[in-house]
Amino acid sequence: MRHIISLLMENESGALSRVAGLFSARGYNIESLNVAPTEDPSLSRMTIVTTGSEQIIEQITKQLNKLVDVVKLKDLTAGEHIERELMLIKVRAEDATRIEGFKALVANYGGKIIDESEDICTAEITSDGVTLDRLLSEIDRDDILETVRTGASGIFIGARSLRI
Amino acid sequence: MELSGGEIIVKFLKDEGVEFVFGYPGGAVLHIYDAIFQQDDVRHILVRHEQGATHAADGYARATGKPGVVLVTSGPGATNAVTGIATAYMDSIPLVVLTGQVALPFIGSDAFQEVDSVGITRPCVKHNFLVKRLEDLAETLKKAFHVATTGRPGPVVVDIPKDVTDPGIKIPYEYPQEVHMRSYNPVVKGHPGQIKRATNLILSAKRPMIYTGGGVVLSNASQELTEFTRELGYPITQTLMGLGSYPATDRQFVGMLGMHGTYEANMAMHECDVLIAIGARFDDRVTGKLSEFCPHAKIVHVDIDPASIAKNVKVDVPIVGDVKLVLRDLLAELRAKGKQPDAEALDAWWAQIEEWRSHNCLTYDRDSELIKPQFVIEKLWEVTGGDAYVTSDVGQHQMFTAQFYKFDKPRRWINSGGLGTMGFGMPAALGVKLAFPDDEVVCVTGEASIQMCIQELSTAMQYRLPIKVVNLNNRYMGMVRQWQEFFYESRYSHSYVEALPDFVRLAESYGHVGMRVEKPADVEGALREAFGMKDRLVFLDFITDQTENVYPMIAAGKAHNQMHLAPQCKAPQSSERELA
Ligand SMILES: Cc1cc2nc3c(=O)[nH]c(=O)nc-3n(C[C@H](O)[C@H](O)[C@H](O)COP(=O)(O)OP(=O)(O)OC[C@H]3O[C@@H](n4cnc5c(N)ncnc54)[C@H](O)[C@@H]3O)c2cc1C
Ligand SMILES: Cc1ncc(C[n+]2csc(CCOP(=O)(O)OP(=O)(O)O)c2C)c(N)n1
Ligand SMILES: [Mg+2]
Repeated sequence: MRHIISLLMENESGALSRVAGLFSARGYNIESLNVAPTEDPSLSRMTIVTTGSEQIIEQITKQLNKLVDVVKLKDLTAGEHIERELMLIKVRAEDATRIEGFKALVANYGGKIIDESEDICTAEITSDGVTLDRLLSEIDRDDILETVRTGASGIFIGARSLRI
Repeated sequence: MELSGGEIIVKFLKDEGVEFVFGYPGGAVLHIYDAIFQQDDVRHILVRHEQGATHAADGYARATGKPGVVLVTSGPGATNAVTGIATAYMDSIPLVVLTGQVALPFIGSDAFQEVDSVGITRPCVKHNFLVKRLEDLAETLKKAFHVATTGRPGPVVVDIPKDVTDPGIKIPYEYPQEVHMRSYNPVVKGHPGQIKRATNLILSAKRPMIYTGGGVVLSNASQELTEFTRELGYPITQTLMGLGSYPATDRQFVGMLGMHGTYEANMAMHECDVLIAIGARFDDRVTGKLSEFCPHAKIVHVDIDPASIAKNVKVDVPIVGDVKLVLRDLLAELRAKGKQPDAEALDAWWAQIEEWRSHNCLTYDRDSELIKPQFVIEKLWEVTGGDAYVTSDVGQHQMFTAQFYKFDKPRRWINSGGLGTMGFGMPAALGVKLAFPDDEVVCVTGEASIQMCIQELSTAMQYRLPIKVVNLNNRYMGMVRQWQEFFYESRYSHSYVEALPDFVRLAESYGHVGMRVEKPADVEGALREAFGMKDRLVFLDFITDQTENVYPMIAAGKAHNQMHLAPQCKAPQSSERELA
């Protein structure tokens, strides 16, 4: 099963390597991981997408909680939540109609064009991972110059929150 | 008070109540050594190798329950300490290891004697710190001691760049009385609902078994465990790390369990219907084949580390908390209930256990012309009145000691269980002897293990630490040889220990007393003579039977009822109890 684990940790150097080291040392899967400081600069929020049996996920959350730098942790998958990921995608097409097609597709997915010049077009799309995968599958691979994705971030629906 | 970084460290250690620092100097810690030189509150013990420092501090910690403190230099000093740090980590032993680091501006430049100590030790510490500002030094040290000693204990490394200890820079120092870490608050009190559920399950048992481990020792909960066990009248077994926290000479104790556990302990594990696991972590040397582990049992598990619970084995009633507090609550709940265990069922269960016990699985050939290692340990137990601190190295001698030295008190049995570090025993014994100069301290070792930290005989001389070394010299890495005999058709690949030194003369060259013992009849006399020499380190080199094996043995991956028993043991060799 796929799980989205969200955690708050002390914003200290080395904190990220503790989490990454834990996953590699114990052989846990890691699909994506993102981290950035929060509104409280002493805290970072990290979102980890991982897969494993219930028993493994239980161990992962326990082992993460055990890290001395981890302040608080929630498995978002255990409740109603929203998952978002940002993708930047750059395409090139000599043919103007292909560029127009790309723009229409992006608009359809609620994205926007953030850079455009001659035959190059770059878009920004925010959605969940599955939708981004679907969008990608609709674009001709030969047109894609590069893509960059942040990996999932997530948040609970309603008042439920991960905060200290 | 204005102090430099080096002075802050030393003053802090004093304020923290540290008696000994085990260490070895070098460039990155010279400022700290200079501060040590100028005081005599904290005693520095100079070892001969940084591994020795960590093991000595570890032995001190295991015997006293206080954190062991180590000071080493950057680079090779830190890397030499890693084995000892990992050893402490695996057995949850509180250590604070101060490593020197190159000065801050040099970090990351491949400077002389630079290694990423925080990175190298990260997987084998409970936590580690790099001190980047002198202003943070005292508070970081306080946090290090706090983290090392609370919750599930463990080693903490504090990496200190050389410029942080610059004698030219002084700041006000005040001992940080308290420490607050919002990210670290171990749970110590068991959940009342779980205590109730556990009590009900415990009282419902027809074939109960208490299985306890190192957590009882670490929690200083022997008294509570003994009360709990006696009150219930249930059989109790202990892991290698738990020995001594319930008296081994008591009838309710059925011996150690696991790979080299007793027949009765392992059979009782296999047949029990309620298993009460306390401060033990279901290690693979204990559980054997997981799918056949305690196949009939409902399980209660008490552990301070939630990650230990349900890690390897599914648990019916988990209780997160400190053993001491949880046992008190369990006892109170048992008494409040006023209900007794099922006496009839318990009688029948004990009758079965006594039948298993009657086969005397720890039997060995007592008529041999050769010295049997078991015999030496039995005599050691007699001669020391069962009251010595006994450290060991790793191998057959370790198992024989666990089986034959009946520990009645906690913290007397000091060995590396989780990592199984050869070289641990002798430096650990030095740490113990420093803590308890008036008690007998013995290191039981093998001719292979002792050579891994033999240099510490020099430390023992410098500080006049009259420990006794019992070398069970079988000229083999016996434990390796045993596996090769059983599983590799006796192809003894590289397990014969060639070119041995003359241990008697070796000990003498360090200034100690050496004795060689070659006949069973001389064993007791030699031990008595050695223990008579109160102020000398005596190295006893017992030339033992080369072919002796440790029994019982459960081969890796086999179930508890599939033990391989000693040839002399008459227990039924059930068809299930086969061996590869
Ligand atoms: C050659 C060799 C052979 C071995 N053979 C055997 C064998 O036959 N049998 C055997 O038992 N072992 C054997 N071992 C040792 C084995 O490898 C493990 O080290 C040992 O079984 C672990 O013991 P434990 O479960 O008590 O755990 P420990 O490592 O002692 O862990 C303690 C547990 O208690 C918890 N804890 C700590 N403090 C507290 C507290 N205050 N309150 C509550 N819980 C706490 C910890 O979280 C942890 O889960 C052998 C080792 C070697 C080297
Ligand atoms: C540092 C280290 N290296 C290798 C091993 C693997 N090992 C376990 S027991 C053993 C043999 C120990 O021989 P000895 O000290 O003579 O003890 P004996 O088994 O003969 O009693 C070895 C090599 C280990 N545990 N530790
Ligand atoms: Mg040997």
